[in-house]
Amino acid sequence: MNTISKMIIPLFVLFVIFYGFRRKVTIYDTFLEGAKEGLITVFHIFPSILAMVFAINIFLNSHLLETIFSLASPILQKISLPLEILPMAFVRPISGTASLAIMNEIFTNFGPDSFVGRLASTIQGCTDTTIYVLALYFGSVKINKTRYALSTGLFADFVGIIASFILVRLIFG
Amino acid sequence: MINKLWGFFIIVGILFTLLMGNIESLNDTILTSATSGVNMVLDLLPIIVLWSGIMKIAEESGLLKRVGNFVKPVLSKLFPSLKKDSKALGYITSNIVANAMGLGSAATPFGLKAMEEMQKENENKDEATDAMITFLVLNTSGVTIVPTTVIALRLMHHSNNPEEIIITAILATLVSSIAGLTLDYFRRRKRK
Repeated sequence: MNTISKMIIPLFVLFVIFYGFRRKVTIYDTFLEGAKEGLITVFHIFPSILAMVFAINIFLNSHLLETIFSLASPILQKISLPLEILPMAFVRPISGTASLAIMNEIFTNFGPDSFVGRLASTIQGCTDTTIYVLALYFGSVKINKTRYALSTGLFADFVGIIASFILVRLIFG
Repeated sequence: MINKLWGFFIIVGILFTLLMGNIESLNDTILTSATSGVNMVLDLLPIIVLWSGIMKIAEESGLLKRVGNFVKPVLSKLFPSLKKDSKALGYITSNIVANAMGLGSAATPFGLKAMEEMQKENENKDEATDAMITFLVLNTSGVTIVPTTVIALRLMHHSNNPEEIIITAILATLVSSIAGLTLDYFRRRKRK
């Protein structure tokens, strides 16, 4: 699996350049033209990334989530949900780095082959930084009215988390 | 939406930090978050510029259109509002393929181009179109086949079988993507 995923990018680049060459595209000039467009894209998304990082950092560093979860832990233990997984699931839509950091902590404390470790890995693999992605993509084309995008995206993540829990139980016991 | 969320994060974050009396760390957070934002953009900058260049070649040579044609039967059912020869379909495909292979950062430029193309066909420039929402639901429900970062981290922690979670991740992704797309389908129809 690992070698396959390492081959994808080089093969893709090779194929695109080769194909362009055969189709007699002026590849170098076209590349520069596209790169220039990319630079403009970055210029446009810069403010929305900065704004989101600012707000997310303030929120995460307030440790509000940890406080809520420590209060709710007696209830969670009753439904046999591993407490450690919750902060990760909640942080996941807003910050990939933060949820990876929590997963790393879970691996250190329980091991990657424990139930919580496998559950964390599965959740990390099947969900995405939904809020961050929406802010970035909509921000890049200056759309404010996002309609039902956020709730649908978060619903999918939520279903993914529940499915992960059931699947890890079923497959790994 | 982003408007409210952004305000919520900042207001709740600051109030709760003040309540807990961590004024110093709050100052730190506010002053350093601009730097971490810049770092994030700097991480993205070379990738986006490079891939925009390469993808321009794919576009000019007609490759993107061909790839789009290949998956058109499936994708055009998911995106009924997009024109059949829309460049957006090609970019959406590239984005989803790159995401599926666990190449999140390579997928971003394609996704941004897809949004740009869909915005060209948008009549109401500050409101999201149906196609944009479907695309983002598909994108964020995470069509990951090879979660590279997770596997790398498991390997680092001496897992006996780092790749074993691929099976559960694919199945969970399948469930969440179908759930997201189903909800999206009904909400889209309800409006008409």
